[in-house]
Amino acid sequence: MKYETVIGLEVHVQINTKTKIFCSCSTEFGMPPNANTCPICLGMPGVLPVLNKQFLESAMKACLATHCTIAPMNRFARKNYFYPDLPKGYQISQFEEPLGINGYININIDGTKKRIGLTRIHMEEDAGKLIHGENLGSPGKSYVDFNRTGVPLCEVVSEPDLRSAQEARAYLGELKSILQYAEVSDCNMEEGSLRCDANISLRPEGQKEFGTRTELKNLNSFKFVQKAIEYEVDRQTRILEQGDKVIQETRLYDSDKGETFSMRSKEEAHDYRYFPDPDLVPVVLEEAWVEEIKKTIPELPEQKRERFAKEYGLPEYDAGVLTSSRELADYFEKCTSLFAKPKIISNWIMGDLLRELNKSNQEIGECPLSPEALVNLLKLIDEGVISGNIAKSVFEEMYQTGKEASVIVEEKGLKQITDDKAIDEMVEGVLQANPSQVEEYKGGKEKVLGFLVGQVMKTSKGKANPGAVNKLLKEKISKM
Amino acid sequence: MHRTTITQARELLHSKKLSSVQLTEAVFARIDAVEDKVNAFAHLMREKAMEQARAADERIAKGEEHPLLGVPIALKDLICTQGSRTTCASKILDQFVAPYNATVVNRLNAAGAVIVGKTNMDEFAMGSSNENSSHQPANNPWALDRVPGGSSGGSAAAVAAHECIAALGSDTGGSIRQPAGFCGVTGLKPTYGRVSRFGLVAFASSLDQIGPITKSVADAATLMNVIGGKDPQDSTSADVTLPDFTKALHQDVKGMKLGIPKEYFTSGIQPEVEKAVQEGIRTLKSLGMETVEVSLPHLDYAVATYYIIACAEASTNLSRYDGVKYGYRSSKSDNLVNMYENTREEGFGEEVKRRIILGTFVLSSGYYDAYYLKGQQVRTLIKQDFENALEKCDVLAAPVTPYPAFKQGEKLDDPLQMYLADIYTISANLAGIPAMSIPCGFVGEENLPVGLQLMGKHFDESNLIAVGHKFQQTTDFHTKQAPL
Repeated sequence: MKYETVIGLEVHVQINTKTKIFCSCSTEFGMPPNANTCPICLGMPGVLPVLNKQFLESAMKACLATHCTIAPMNRFARKNYFYPDLPKGYQISQFEEPLGINGYININIDGTKKRIGLTRIHMEEDAGKLIHGENLGSPGKSYVDFNRTGVPLCEVVSEPDLRSAQEARAYLGELKSILQYAEVSDCNMEEGSLRCDANISLRPEGQKEFGTRTELKNLNSFKFVQKAIEYEVDRQTRILEQGDKVIQETRLYDSDKGETFSMRSKEEAHDYRYFPDPDLVPVVLEEAWVEEIKKTIPELPEQKRERFAKEYGLPEYDAGVLTSSRELADYFEKCTSLFAKPKIISNWIMGDLLRELNKSNQEIGECPLSPEALVNLLKLIDEGVISGNIAKSVFEEMYQTGKEASVIVEEKGLKQITDDKAIDEMVEGVLQANPSQVEEYKGGKEKVLGFLVGQVMKTSKGKANPGAVNKLLKEKISKM
Repeated sequence: MHRTTITQARELLHSKKLSSVQLTEAVFARIDAVEDKVNAFAHLMREKAMEQARAADERIAKGEEHPLLGVPIALKDLICTQGSRTTCASKILDQFVAPYNATVVNRLNAAGAVIVGKTNMDEFAMGSSNENSSHQPANNPWALDRVPGGSSGGSAAAVAAHECIAALGSDTGGSIRQPAGFCGVTGLKPTYGRVSRFGLVAFASSLDQIGPITKSVADAATLMNVIGGKDPQDSTSADVTLPDFTKALHQDVKGMKLGIPKEYFTSGIQPEVEKAVQEGIRTLKSLGMETVEVSLPHLDYAVATYYIIACAEASTNLSRYDGVKYGYRSSKSDNLVNMYENTREEGFGEEVKRRIILGTFVLSSGYYDAYYLKGQQVRTLIKQDFENALEKCDVLAAPVTPYPAFKQGEKLDDPLQMYLADIYTISANLAGIPAMSIPCGFVGEENLPVGLQLMGKHFDESNLIAVGHKFQQTTDFHTKQAPL
């Protein structure tokens, strides 16, 4: 029997704020344990939470950027469970009245657009972190770091609309991109500002009812999300094909073994005893406020992608790559404002620039080459001062040294030879040195022309204008 | 000297007939004399208090004027005081020292009050007799073998025994008014949201309010002026204008309407107590108030509703006492779950555990709708009852308790009987309205105090103060002294 995979993702995103969700502690990453704590986030007796307004606005922005409807009345709820990293014994979250509902984002799968529904986006506080004695202090003891406690999060819950690990990964990528565009989160997985749980089930193709699902918790990289889902789909397929039943449970992914394993069964699942938190008053979001927030949302990746394709006449693939981050798109647009040949710019950015960035593991924001510098190089090619090939080596040197293109060209004498007489001599020399190839060409083997052009370019150390060489070779051979 | 009210103390201090140091020393002398009988305090803050008294004297010498400047006040031991213990009368917080002050403490400090100590109470404010205390329970100054009421029994007993000039308590279902009634003093539970809860160790967050326990309504007004008002650290504190409550002391009550909710007088009330309350109502009529009968049809459900909501909130409010970060931790444990279980088993008293279990149950999946949600719905009905009733009148009058202070141990084995001690006070918390208890008579051979309860509209403490003060101007129940 053929099975269809059904996946829904729950993504926790840290929202960018200076201070925590309910107190004025800093959210700075990488501080010494418990440096970012106060009586409120430590849950001491008698303290009370006060909602961070900046967080609320950013969370609204996240909802609006993903087409969610904002609930006019928002309530926080307590999610009760005991764990040492949860100082109050409950997490302040939202339950029946989340901030945003019924949203969606579009993903691109092999050139086809697919809409993935968002069930809800809700606000909550993060818990702390346990550090076990094997890594710090004495073995056998555990230590608690409450720096993350109270860091503001949004939980983004998708509909079970995803049908493969590839779709799940694409969804995660698009979500990350949207949230980064909207500047509500930096979505840094290494620092834990984006974490993912996946609900996975299989059903016979054509069946409407969902199969029994398992939940994969704490997938902390894009790669693991994909690998863990692939593993889990295989595992469930094997079970079903053997005629067995999938057990509803929570599982974890072991990235070393590349396997998932059971964490707790449905029977062991917590009863969180959610109820409205009486320490926080309901937050009423008036329409005017929502409209204000809406105005602050910039052009989002999907719109930008479509605009790039249309406005700059770029292939969809180019538009996709260039809009993968807001900074890269801005870089591209800065270039086009200086030099109106978008496809050439796109080729250079997607090719040489991204390759160099990847090599040095840098983001576009850290790129040593300004759009002006890149455009100046491209202009040199366009004006015929240097050849495209020479430009490649100039580019590399610019990237390494930060020197201007024209300076490098000048210093190294890389100017293209446009002097007809000099080219004439070189062409003449090549024709004499390769009589057999000339014969082959004349005999109809047109490909040989490329070889001859190459020889001339070699003689000129790449400085001859390839167009001129081509033309001249043809002329001369025809006269022979 | 220790027998003065705030109003009298202020006169003496500002006219320099008495220094704050002298007054504070007198209060401590009184404490030394009677405390082993009354047990009103969980612990004293003698040194700090003397420092505050000296500082107050300096401020007075500089010509500063403030109604509380230099006045010795006691705080219920669940109001956090930076640098000194806040135990909540629980073993689990026995050595807990908060690194912060409750907002009310900051306000008292700014006003120059002298804080003499932290008063005894039922553990985490759960109880009606003070017997659920990890300390020796407090005794009623009027009859030492009787309870002072609870949970703010220590505060009420301390005021009645003149071990302080005034005190703060907290009221979740009657915890200010019931002990005030039992101890013959004045107790005011303000409107929910009137006084900041920041630094008040939570029992039931949607019901808890800090309020004054004093020797007179005038003193309550003075304290309310200091502790009331919006606090940015408490989202549930209301952003409403804080009136000058002492202005209400000059207000006439003639022509004001006094609502008599009939459900308060139907069953279970001791005839003598009812008589004293009716006598109190007659006094108010004699002052020119008109009485109207009103009805609160859902009052029967108040106790059940209260125990569902209060226990639900308490069960999660008390989750933080897990032995991980502060407070008591059992030493017997060898793994995490054990540590939680032993710490909470050993650290909490019986009543607290009972309410945590009740609260956990009513929030559990499968029971939430039938209990917690239903409770919230009934709460709304009760609130509407009060709003409807208070449309027909300015102030409601009712008994505080069905009986006067009972004997130590009398109800200890019967939680349900104990819960009924709050039957007349609980509904004001559910409705969020202000309510006050003032002495209105004495009953029985032992001459035990009886309280009259006044309830008002949301944020209308002023009318309670006006009526209560007029009553005290005409009667002398509040000036009677406990036989200590």
